[in-house]
Amino acid sequence: MKIDHSQPLEYSTEQNRLNILGFWIFLGAEIMLFATLFASYFTLVDRTGNGPAGARIFEITPVLAETFLLLTSSFVIGLGIHAMRLGNKKAMLTFFVITLLLGLGFLGFEITEFITYYHEGATLQTSAFTSVLFTTLGTHGAHVTLGLFWGTFIVLQVKKRGLTPETANKSFIFSLYWHFLDIVWIFIFTFIYMKGMT
Amino acid sequence: MGFFTRFLIPNPSPVIYTSMVAIGVTILLIVFGLTHFKKWFYLWSGWLTTVDHKRIGIMYLIAALLMLFRGGVDAVMMRAQLAVPDNKLLDSQHYNEIFSTHGVVMILFMAMPYIMALMNFVVPLQIGARDVAFPRLNAISFWLFFMGAMLFNISFVIGGSPDAGWSSYFPLAGNEFSPHVGTNYYMIAIQIAGIGTLMTGINFLTTILKMRAPGMTFMRLPMFTWSSLVTSVIIIFAFPVLTVALIMGTMDRLFATKFFTITDGGMDMLWANLFWVWGHPEVYILILPAFGLFSEIIPTFSRRNLYGYRSMVASMVFISIYSFFVWTHHFFTMGQAAYVNSIFSITTMVIAIPTGIKIFNWLLTMWRGRIRFTVPMLYSIGFIPLFTIGGVTGVMLAMSAADYQYHNTMFLVAHFHNVIIPGVVFAVLGAATYYWPKMFGFMLNERLGKWAFWFLTIGFCLAFFPMYITGLDGQARRIYTYSESTGFGPWNMVTFIGTVLMAISFFLIVYTVYYSIRHAPKDVGQDPWDARSLEWATHNPVPEYNFAIIPQVNSREAFWDAKYKGVELFKGDYEKIHMPNNSGSPFIMSCIFFVFGFALIFSIWFLAIIGLIGIFTCMALRSFEIDHGHYISVEEIKETEAKYGGVNK
Repeated sequence: MKIDHSQPLEYSTEQNRLNILGFWIFLGAEIMLFATLFASYFTLVDRTGNGPAGARIFEITPVLAETFLLLTSSFVIGLGIHAMRLGNKKAMLTFFVITLLLGLGFLGFEITEFITYYHEGATLQTSAFTSVLFTTLGTHGAHVTLGLFWGTFIVLQVKKRGLTPETANKSFIFSLYWHFLDIVWIFIFTFIYMKGMT
Repeated sequence: MGFFTRFLIPNPSPVIYTSMVAIGVTILLIVFGLTHFKKWFYLWSGWLTTVDHKRIGIMYLIAALLMLFRGGVDAVMMRAQLAVPDNKLLDSQHYNEIFSTHGVVMILFMAMPYIMALMNFVVPLQIGARDVAFPRLNAISFWLFFMGAMLFNISFVIGGSPDAGWSSYFPLAGNEFSPHVGTNYYMIAIQIAGIGTLMTGINFLTTILKMRAPGMTFMRLPMFTWSSLVTSVIIIFAFPVLTVALIMGTMDRLFATKFFTITDGGMDMLWANLFWVWGHPEVYILILPAFGLFSEIIPTFSRRNLYGYRSMVASMVFISIYSFFVWTHHFFTMGQAAYVNSIFSITTMVIAIPTGIKIFNWLLTMWRGRIRFTVPMLYSIGFIPLFTIGGVTGVMLAMSAADYQYHNTMFLVAHFHNVIIPGVVFAVLGAATYYWPKMFGFMLNERLGKWAFWFLTIGFCLAFFPMYITGLDGQARRIYTYSESTGFGPWNMVTFIGTVLMAISFFLIVYTVYYSIRHAPKDVGQDPWDARSLEWATHNPVPEYNFAIIPQVNSREAFWDAKYKGVELFKGDYEKIHMPNNSGSPFIMSCIFFVFGFALIFSIWFLAIIGLIGIFTCMALRSFEIDHGHYISVEEIKETEAKYGGVNK
């Protein structure tokens, strides 16, 4: 394994560079996945059948809290990667743990929000609109959930093995994933919630 | 439905019971054979756990041939049913199941893996790499495809096959009109295989972008690698759409969501749109690598450079972009505005231009070439006129106004078989013959191969050309019988005869393999065809590390120039080579995927949850694993190279 010390740790081996490029390409596929969900959402958004429309069930408070938590977490993981570049393992781990906690908070709000919708008569089966709403939000939420597990494993590995080309590479790729979820959320926030509330 | 009744076949027939027995007997024979010849360990360590792109390619090839047989049996049954008017061989339900599975099996489980087989085997060799970018992911891709295919194939003995057509349009595919589990199989088996395909796309795009040998610029890439690059991009953009469509379809069927229902706001046309936004690029995912293969074979057997390299590349890029702007031509008659139809009519016809450029380039490559009529070249030459006929009828279908006449008739069936069989099947059969010595170290028998080619070609013409006529006369597709007064009878009999000839050609191909294993000379050298690109610069069969020394590329036809212009390809000395380790986890994880998929199909929730936990556990374990691969030492390389008959430098 040749390590190129002129590069940041996460880019320092051939395999690391391949992994990062491959992950960017994977994110390209993820963009298509969410784009398809959004296209379906826009197609079905007014097809509410006998169920409620978005304006009736959406509430601004939990959505703002979710947005705040996720955007902050994305900022914090950026700090974590910065700390990693500086070789400060302790700071990096702290920032990563904060990121995950913020993500957990996001998920908590989202789940309570779903329960509220359910009590207001908007279930997965109510109408085409609610089906696609829960599916789009749920796909994003499932990604966050997966990210929480993934991030936890990375924290454990960095803690145990320190900052090596492998762990740095994994942490960096995880941060790309986390930023991506944040960007998707901005679209959800704008085109599902803000647009739906007006 | 009760728990156990779901596992019953909705319309059992003696054919299905016979198949059950045949499957049972085959499994027993395999288990007995492996035990008797003590091959379990070899199977596990040599194949099931391998991450070697060449072995994965060969496994794809075997799977594709098996599926070609399965899809072919479906085809023969369909044509036998239609051979005479008012035939009673199959009932309507059985016929529905057969045409649905024939479509899915042939497109997704035969043509796709066959293309993947050649991509896996050839691309890393053509670009002078040791393996793909992510070898273990490559194994996962294969095993996910394989498990998806197996899951799809057990449908006809457990629970019943999908019967809503290969495009599975809602509301027909919904629970109301398809109450049996067949369509669940469709949704979930294709999903599992599709994830594998997406991973392959990512893997090969990364590989081609980053792992080319020194000196191999984009304008020096061999044409098949170019086509694989373009195809990977299409896969990455198209397959996530299918993923979402299948998730929505699955949820409609399993969780009673309302995406595609007619009530509660659901929209059946959303399925048609999503399916074809994936489905149309899918046909280019198949045809572009096939074009790439023809572009390898034709120059080799014409002894000329490929004519119009740059225009070939430009055409492929153009086709790949346009493939995403034509999907609506699949439902011209479903009531969109006339201007929408016009736009998609024009975009569809425009694709004929780059395709025509490619046809002319192949013809001009052969022009003044010294053509050798080998089996791969016969397939390539046969492809050109037949594919052109298919292309011309495609332009006919692309006229949206005229499409109201052909829509849903045998004319359409004739058209797409007329492009897919000469385009894809001829390409992969020709290419398998071409690369056979590279894969296995011996040549396939030319005489038998030519017999197979002629049976296939003549059978093809007999089978599909009459359909144009009956289609224009109004014979609808997907209808299991017709009356004598329609006058379709004689033409359908001709089609049946053609089908039988094609079936014979399949058996001839299998016999060719058997015969060649027994009788072909085992020492054919590394370059039996006098070829032009890098994959022929290493031994037959290829050693584990592909190239003992990474080649230095100075031109488009690197190996040809090395042979005839004295350019040195391999410079420097041997160095130890880093290789990835084998791993059982891709196979194990895919087996769990199989169980998970099976549980979902039959709504066995506890098993599905266990399966899901199992999949994530595999991923978690992988995350904690440390695997740096291993090194092949210089001594070992020297030993291997000597064994292959002389050190290759």
